[in-house]
Amino acid sequence: MAKLTYPEKNELERFVAARYRAGWIWQFIFLSALIFAILSLSALILNVIDGAFGYVAYEFKKDPTTISEKPLDELDKEELIAVLQTNLSRGAYNKLENEKPMDSRNEGELYNLVIERIIQIKTRQTYPLFQSLFEKEAIEAEVKELYPEARLEFRSWLTPTFLATPQSSRAEFAGVRTALLGSIWLVTIAIGFALPVGVGAAVYLQEYSNKKNIFNRIIQTNINNLAGVPSIVYGMLGLAIFVRAFEAFTSGAMFGITDTNGRTILSAGLTMGVLVLPLVIINAQEAIKAVPDSIRQAAFGVGATRWQTVWSHVLPNALPGILTGSILAMSRAIGETAPLIVVGASTFITMDPQSPFTKFTALPIQIYQWTSRAQGEFQAIAAAGILVLLGLLITLNATAIILRNRFQRRY
Amino acid sequence: MKNSLSQSPADWTQSLRRKLRLGEGMVEASLFGVGFLTIFITLAITIVLGDQALLFFAEPEVTLKEFFLTNTWQPQIGDFGIWALVSATLTTSAIAISVALPLGLSAAIYLSEYASPRARSLLKPILETLAGIPTVVYGYFALLFVSPIVRNLFGAEKVGVYNMLSAGLVMGIMILPLIASMSEDALSAVPNALREAAYAMGATKLEVSAQVLVPAAFSGIGAAVIVGISRAVGETMIVAIASGAGPKFSFSPLDAAETMTGHIARISGGDLPYGTIDYTSLFAIALMLFLVTLVLNLISQWIVAKFREQYE
Repeated sequence: MAKLTYPEKNELERFVAARYRAGWIWQFIFLSALIFAILSLSALILNVIDGAFGYVAYEFKKDPTTISEKPLDELDKEELIAVLQTNLSRGAYNKLENEKPMDSRNEGELYNLVIERIIQIKTRQTYPLFQSLFEKEAIEAEVKELYPEARLEFRSWLTPTFLATPQSSRAEFAGVRTALLGSIWLVTIAIGFALPVGVGAAVYLQEYSNKKNIFNRIIQTNINNLAGVPSIVYGMLGLAIFVRAFEAFTSGAMFGITDTNGRTILSAGLTMGVLVLPLVIINAQEAIKAVPDSIRQAAFGVGATRWQTVWSHVLPNALPGILTGSILAMSRAIGETAPLIVVGASTFITMDPQSPFTKFTALPIQIYQWTSRAQGEFQAIAAAGILVLLGLLITLNATAIILRNRFQRRY
Repeated sequence: MKNSLSQSPADWTQSLRRKLRLGEGMVEASLFGVGFLTIFITLAITIVLGDQALLFFAEPEVTLKEFFLTNTWQPQIGDFGIWALVSATLTTSAIAISVALPLGLSAAIYLSEYASPRARSLLKPILETLAGIPTVVYGYFALLFVSPIVRNLFGAEKVGVYNMLSAGLVMGIMILPLIASMSEDALSAVPNALREAAYAMGATKLEVSAQVLVPAAFSGIGAAVIVGISRAVGETMIVAIASGAGPKFSFSPLDAAETMTGHIARISGGDLPYGTIDYTSLFAIALMLFLVTLVLNLISQWIVAKFREQYE
């Protein structure tokens, strides 16, 4: 090819090169937005992990080695009871026995009692994980100077005991058992309400009503709007309707339960159900839309009625999509906090919820409460609670992905 | 059976068609019922909030003028000026949008125009994960990670532990995936003919993206921003944890002030006695929140529908 020469050649080449350079720079800028997102996500997760483990400086009234020869956490149930009997005054022991008989308590509870009542641990200072790993000497020096009596121990705040013990006013002994059970109750009620109603509404919109119908369009717009209503507004709705107006039903007074007001698991669960309903509907609609028309036509062709077609052909084919959608709705319900605060989640509950008509607490509520406390040990258990919550969410989402991959059909 | 068979085939099919199917009718009626329930929910929200808000405005110590035109909110002494709360909501939302819009739009352009399918399949889940994290976790992050950094930057004596800046920044991170995915949808809805025409003229990738696609998808991106604002205005937990407790009329990001949502969360946290002015005032705030987000959502839906029409 002959080389072209013209007066503006150099200028043009420089111009083109500059445009491409600008392109490269901007490509990097665009990419950096995604890098920022990755960094934020990592910072968030590392921050939580950082908080959930680390050194603790604590003091105690009685040295554990003076109580028993074996390390305390190796004692079995009988030995723990014996320790309690010998070290507590008779009155204090009887009081505990009256609250809940010693024999019916499990090892974890007894161990906590020993720590709480006899050894009387007092946390002086907590240190985050990374500081504990990299600045061990500095921490040791600081503790020696500030709290000469204190011992330093590396502690994981997320332990099996943390999952199994109920709430406590002392961060060292608090757990998420009641909160976890409360969350499970809530999600079950919410999805029990939202799934049938949501799928019904989706079936009506996709299979029955005329798409051009003005009424259909109103419902559709309305559902999209409901999906955008702030969650705290749903909380106000729940407070006014489920907690107050339907108090006789949600407090269980209708069924002869009289010890609660309307601020129960049932109220909160129904509020959550209303909150996730638009999500369930939209997902179910997508799933139903994806079922090819040939299946409907085949069913109609052999003389099936509309409902027979829907029930035996459309819904089974849309089921994986509907299930995936409901799992996503469940993970939304598990993480929602604001409506629960408004509906009136109690924060200090140590009894396992026994029925829908009991007061409740939930995992995100506990996290909120603990985060709001200034003491380091509460923020540490907040981090441990967050890890539990994130673990639950990951499990749910993994289930959704597996369902989607396993049952996804291509037509 | 015998009876119907004795009829002529024409009558037979006739009677089959006319057969009244009670079950079918009932199913359709109940499905209609649940479909209608969604409208009922909206009505219930409006009525409940409106009813209690009316009770609030009926109190002798509250006037509409005071509510909308003054800027101190102190229920104990009967001051109900909503601007004390609105200012914080506006400030945190503005910070959030100014973080989320440029970053979300950049991410959307990169994902839709630059990224290879492989890179996309790696990067998209990260945004989805960010979108799936509960807001209370973001609150923890704002208070215990971002706030200390902000205090280091601006000086601990000037900025408190609770400040609107860290709440707003984290809210921006929370909204980023929403804006990114909506903008990406808008960008990929632009017909390929426009891209190809621009490339044929010798435009670089940047020029195609910035000068052809973004203007073409402008309304879709606008809708994303509006939804983002509506999300920021309604967001509760981040501001309840990190932005401060106590209404304060201030637009300074370094101040601690309570937003509308944060106020509702804090006051309703205790066992609030029904029917008191504290109780009804919360409904007045919630009604405002509801109306603002409703209008924003309606506008954005309208834009998206218009936009879709344009290219179909």
